[in-house]
Amino acid sequence: MANALAPTKRMTIGEGGTAIAFVVLAFVTIVIAAKAYTPGYAFHAYLFCAASVATVFAILNRYFDRPAELAPLTVNGKPNYYMGPVKFASIAAMAWGVAGFSVGLYIALELAYPGLNLGLQWIEFGRLRPLHTSAVIFAFGGNVLIASSFYVVQRTCRARLAGDIAPWFVVLGYNFFIVIAGTGYLLGITQSKEYAEPEWYADLWLTVVWVTYFLVFLATVMRRTEPHIYVANWFYLAFIITIAVLHLGNNAAVPVSIFSPKSYIVWSGVQDAMVQWWYGHNAVGFFLTAGFLAIMYYFIPKRADRPVYSYRLSIIHFWALIFIYIWAGPHHLHYTALPDWAQTLGMTFSIILWMPSWGGMINGIMTLSGAWDKLRTDPVLRMMVVSVAFYGMSTFEGPMMSVKIVNSLSHYTDWTIGHVHSGALGWVGYISFGALYCLVPWLWNRKLYSLKLVNWHFWISTIGIVLYITAMWVSGILQGLMWRAYTSLGFLEYSFVETVEAMHPFYVIRALGGFLFLVGALLMAFNLWKTVTSAEEAAPEGAVLVPAE
Amino acid sequence: MSLWQKHAIFEKNSIILVIGILVVIAIGGLVEIVPLFYLKNTIEKVDGMRPYTPLELAGRDIYVREGCYLCHSQMIRPLRDEVERYGHYSLAAESMYDRPFQWGSKRTGPDLARVGGKYSDDWHRDHMREPRSVVPGSVMPAYGFLEQTDLDYAHIDQNLKVQAMLGVPYTKEDIENAQKDVVTQATADSPDAGDLAKRYPKVNVRDFDGNPKRITEADALIAYLQVLGTFVDFKLYDDKANIR
Repeated sequence: MANALAPTKRMTIGEGGTAIAFVVLAFVTIVIAAKAYTPGYAFHAYLFCAASVATVFAILNRYFDRPAELAPLTVNGKPNYYMGPVKFASIAAMAWGVAGFSVGLYIALELAYPGLNLGLQWIEFGRLRPLHTSAVIFAFGGNVLIASSFYVVQRTCRARLAGDIAPWFVVLGYNFFIVIAGTGYLLGITQSKEYAEPEWYADLWLTVVWVTYFLVFLATVMRRTEPHIYVANWFYLAFIITIAVLHLGNNAAVPVSIFSPKSYIVWSGVQDAMVQWWYGHNAVGFFLTAGFLAIMYYFIPKRADRPVYSYRLSIIHFWALIFIYIWAGPHHLHYTALPDWAQTLGMTFSIILWMPSWGGMINGIMTLSGAWDKLRTDPVLRMMVVSVAFYGMSTFEGPMMSVKIVNSLSHYTDWTIGHVHSGALGWVGYISFGALYCLVPWLWNRKLYSLKLVNWHFWISTIGIVLYITAMWVSGILQGLMWRAYTSLGFLEYSFVETVEAMHPFYVIRALGGFLFLVGALLMAFNLWKTVTSAEEAAPEGAVLVPAE
Repeated sequence: MSLWQKHAIFEKNSIILVIGILVVIAIGGLVEIVPLFYLKNTIEKVDGMRPYTPLELAGRDIYVREGCYLCHSQMIRPLRDEVERYGHYSLAAESMYDRPFQWGSKRTGPDLARVGGKYSDDWHRDHMREPRSVVPGSVMPAYGFLEQTDLDYAHIDQNLKVQAMLGVPYTKEDIENAQKDVVTQATADSPDAGDLAKRYPKVNVRDFDGNPKRITEADALIAYLQVLGTFVDFKLYDDKANIR
């Protein structure tokens, strides 16, 4: 009779529904695999099928192993945080980071020494370049964003992450999307829309994952026990919502057949160009900026043990940034066949955008008021503050380059590449490294293995960034000037290939810079690995609450 | 109550915050994108634009597949040096059938918007096989595998059908004859060349890659490159006609 009092174990709707959905997906994908037009697409269909079967087994396995009651929302009055998915995404971020930086180094070397393409279609520059950009932006950056957002939303709302299977679906589903996208590029499956290369079926999959991500995040915010939504969560929400809108708008495509990986985009020509850069620039604005600003607003105050410098500035920063960023896209299309009115709007708003960007930078840096001494003693905090300084630098450079007359020189040259990398390596890279150096010890309840190694990481990669961006400034401006150089007789002075040959030394220096950045990241991976595997638990610190699991 | 305190409504209601974000981010995109679909002077009226032939379209799909746009733009800006180096500045109309557009954002290699007819087919084939054999300082990868890979055009009619659905003016006849048109265009002195040219004016009919035994990916890609920027006759184009 005692058994009757114990709760009976029931499968939740989430478990059952997800399992059924994946059974259906497994059947659909096996049929597609059998009838696929191309071997690459068949390979992807098999991957989908295998992953679906594995998911069904994982769900059932988890169901049979788990206790009858789901994990409680609170334990002893404290939130019972759900950190498993956060841990997975943190490790995935580090692994993808190293992979993405390595591919970047390889394609940098391909440009300096074209023989490295080896005539093999899978590693030609044109196929590896999207692999590099997607690996660093979406795989590395995306996992940092998912990990940090799931961590921050729980801590600042003092609530357990919503959902049981859903957070795992987001993390694993997102990384599966990365695998499909990345292997697709190598096999030549791409839309060739910059930063939106994955084909229609990968886009559909990402849509499902992303909507789940939004729902998990929003439901957790709704569960909060704090009356106010913390500023970092505004930025995370804006990032998640806007990326969803951009993704749907820019990837509206009709597949040639359900058995073909090929699709055609519904927009064409000039409209497609506008939609693409509305997407492309706001992938920068919302993925690489708003999301990482959320990280800045949580991790810098936390690490410095200081409140955010100005609450009012953060309100202005938030609304101004998300309103103005959306307009900036046409500055990628100056002097093209896009109508002038759109170009002028894009340029105007890009210049205005300088202000909220620097407002955010000031808010981040001045948070250290009263704690400046920590810059000397804490290399992790130094890394994050330098990242905000890089943010300031590239958000000055960006508006400058969006001025049409400057753009007439800089566009189509390496100056753009240098600009992107001062933002990507300096801002996004360093704020992510800082967040991971904080997050991993907190999640595993360990002391960071070595601060000294963090210091080495910082200096080696800073030298790498400086080499990278200065090389690209010089090569970009040099090439721009060579293209428009005239002889005294009024003829173009240089043939195109002479301007290509002039780039060689800078491409070598750039590769060296990238190599140093990669070395720094490897030091970090080693440091974090030793942190996770060390036996020593962190000494309880007053300010830092340890997660419940 | 100050304005700052009123902001609490966004901080205390997640749904209001979500709606606020949606409204704020919608404005810029709507203002910049929507008018491009109804302002008539966005795309100039020009003579000569036609959809790509099935072979050219297959070539374009290979161009897209290999990510050529990452190093080659297809957009000549109205700047003195560009017009002298590459030809007449690009018109919006010239990419009206391009899905996706391939204007590009980087010129590691030169612009290709008007590369059609500039070099011989043999030059293109040699250049794909080993770029440095014809341009010693080039950093382009070698694409020798293209001329060794048979073109897969078994389903090319479906590609045309989807394009037609999206508004590209392919006729029923074009779609039905798609596979046959591929063979016709890639065969020198093909008897059906006249019919093809009727439906696709100015079409180049010949064996492009120098190997008449096979229709390869190089055939398709070279056929595509050889029509780039050749549709509009700029001797006849009146650049004042579209000013409103």
